[in-house]
Amino acid sequence: MLNEYDLSALLVTIKLASITTVILILVGTPIAWWLSQTRFKFKAVIEAIIALPLILPPTVLGFYLLMTLGTNGPIGNFLESLGGSSIAFTFTGLVVGSVIYSLPFVVQPLQNSFGSIGKQPMEVAATLGASKLDRFFTVAVPLARSGFITASVLGFAHTVGEFGVVLMIGGNIPGETGVLSIAIYDHVEAMEYGQAHLLAGGLLVLSFVMLLVVYIFNRRFSIMRSN
Amino acid sequence: MIECQIKIELESFILDANFSIPDKGVTVIFGPSGSGKTSLLRVLAGLEKTHKGFLKIGDSIWQDSENFVLTHKRQIGYVFQDTTLFEHLNVQGNLDYGITRSSNIEKEFIDSILNLLDIKTLLNRSIAQLSGGEKQRIAIARALLVKPKILLMDEPLSALDNKRKQEILPYLDALHNDLDIPIIYVTHSPDEASRLADYLLLLDHGKVIGSGPINTMLTRFDLPMSHGSEATSLVEAKVISREKEFNLMHLDFPGGEFLVPDNHLPIGSIVRLRVSARDVSLTKEKQIDTSILNIFPAIVEEMSPEGKAQIMVRLKINETTLLTLITKKSAKILALKKGLKVFAQVKSVAILS
Repeated sequence: MLNEYDLSALLVTIKLASITTVILILVGTPIAWWLSQTRFKFKAVIEAIIALPLILPPTVLGFYLLMTLGTNGPIGNFLESLGGSSIAFTFTGLVVGSVIYSLPFVVQPLQNSFGSIGKQPMEVAATLGASKLDRFFTVAVPLARSGFITASVLGFAHTVGEFGVVLMIGGNIPGETGVLSIAIYDHVEAMEYGQAHLLAGGLLVLSFVMLLVVYIFNRRFSIMRSN
Repeated sequence: MIECQIKIELESFILDANFSIPDKGVTVIFGPSGSGKTSLLRVLAGLEKTHKGFLKIGDSIWQDSENFVLTHKRQIGYVFQDTTLFEHLNVQGNLDYGITRSSNIEKEFIDSILNLLDIKTLLNRSIAQLSGGEKQRIAIARALLVKPKILLMDEPLSALDNKRKQEILPYLDALHNDLDIPIIYVTHSPDEASRLADYLLLLDHGKVIGSGPINTMLTRFDLPMSHGSEATSLVEAKVISREKEFNLMHLDFPGGEFLVPDNHLPIGSIVRLRVSARDVSLTKEKQIDTSILNIFPAIVEEMSPEGKAQIMVRLKINETTLLTLITKKSAKILALKKGLKVFAQVKSVAILS
């Protein structure tokens, strides 16, 4: 069964994906809302930047992150000047990388959900005395429920599945930055196919179940709405 | 008074809303589609913003050169064209949404609104379980439950079929009679306008082309509604007695008494009668041997040609104004002219409420 190394990789992966998902929802929600409402001229530019991780090889993203977050990078330098240390090859660095890497998977479903609500429910809420922030939380968020579920599951699953970014800025330190996808790679390298099968199969099943939940929920939700 | 001087450039046209109307009763905003009716209502609600202009409802100023009161602080009731209940809440949740954001909403007041619109049995339903008519009644109740200073209604019946319309109309009559807040009602249906309006605001291509009491507006020759074969006039009358033998009732109005088929309205009720210009004819002498029961002495006030063959005549029966559409030939035979005393024979009337 799972040895100590695999177990710690599993725990690091779950911790990373959970923290990343929470941050993604907090960061992605205002971005998605803004994108769904704005008539900003350069909206397409912002959308394209957010979608970049969808097509960019993860190693490219990882490389640039390493360059900016590392000891000699601008952000690394800045952190060191404050008396801290570089966040490359740390868990924090992994979280930063994962948030950027999975951002489109959270922003796009949220933006679509917010967009499909339309202007009217928010206007109705305003006529009933709800302020801007009030109506966002009491009307827009509940009506975009399916978007939030899709965004959370995709953000979580995509973080669990990342490899290239983690390889570049994580460094595979057991218990700190060693995650499942890299553990599988290590097992294959070491010809431990049994262990590799266990982890790979586990991830396959987990990913399938999460996507199934998203599709079942969205279907039920859309049936409920069309009634 | 409600005073509005707002000019605003919208996507497809410019709305020039310059008017003042009474702050009681029902004012109907009437005009063809695309004339800016909905936009005008949205301006009143603060949903269309411009930082120039002036808007005052009673004694609260909602917009002037320095201030713009945001929609959620305006204390309005707004009933939108399509039903817009929140799908993530049930009926009770929808009603509570406005109540919890307003102050001083007493239980008795809530009860009276629920009774007025007859929705007490629906409170625990989900929105998906409601019919179109029920949805619209709940939307109206939700708007009223914030104790608005003004009720704005944007074609609340247009999304409903005829049967549902007939189901909602009595509730609108009840609003008209029981509420002491002004109602601004947008419609392009002449039937709804003549049934509900006390006051009429005519809109065309984004411009206010006239406003005034409904019957004055229907009978002013400089306005479009007094022309064509659909022209009508309205008479407010009171049920005073019934003739059991013939199943008729007597309706008293300033100018005489109408005799109409009995529809069992209680004595003392106020009814609104619609008289089509085509159903009124004129004689110089009072006819005796005629089947027409409703004959009133009248004075010719004004005449206006209608096409090549006809002429529209505005009559005064004391304070009551009536239109009649006759041929030019008849006008010549009767030697009609302003100030002439005639008899108006009304062949049929429709009771609107």
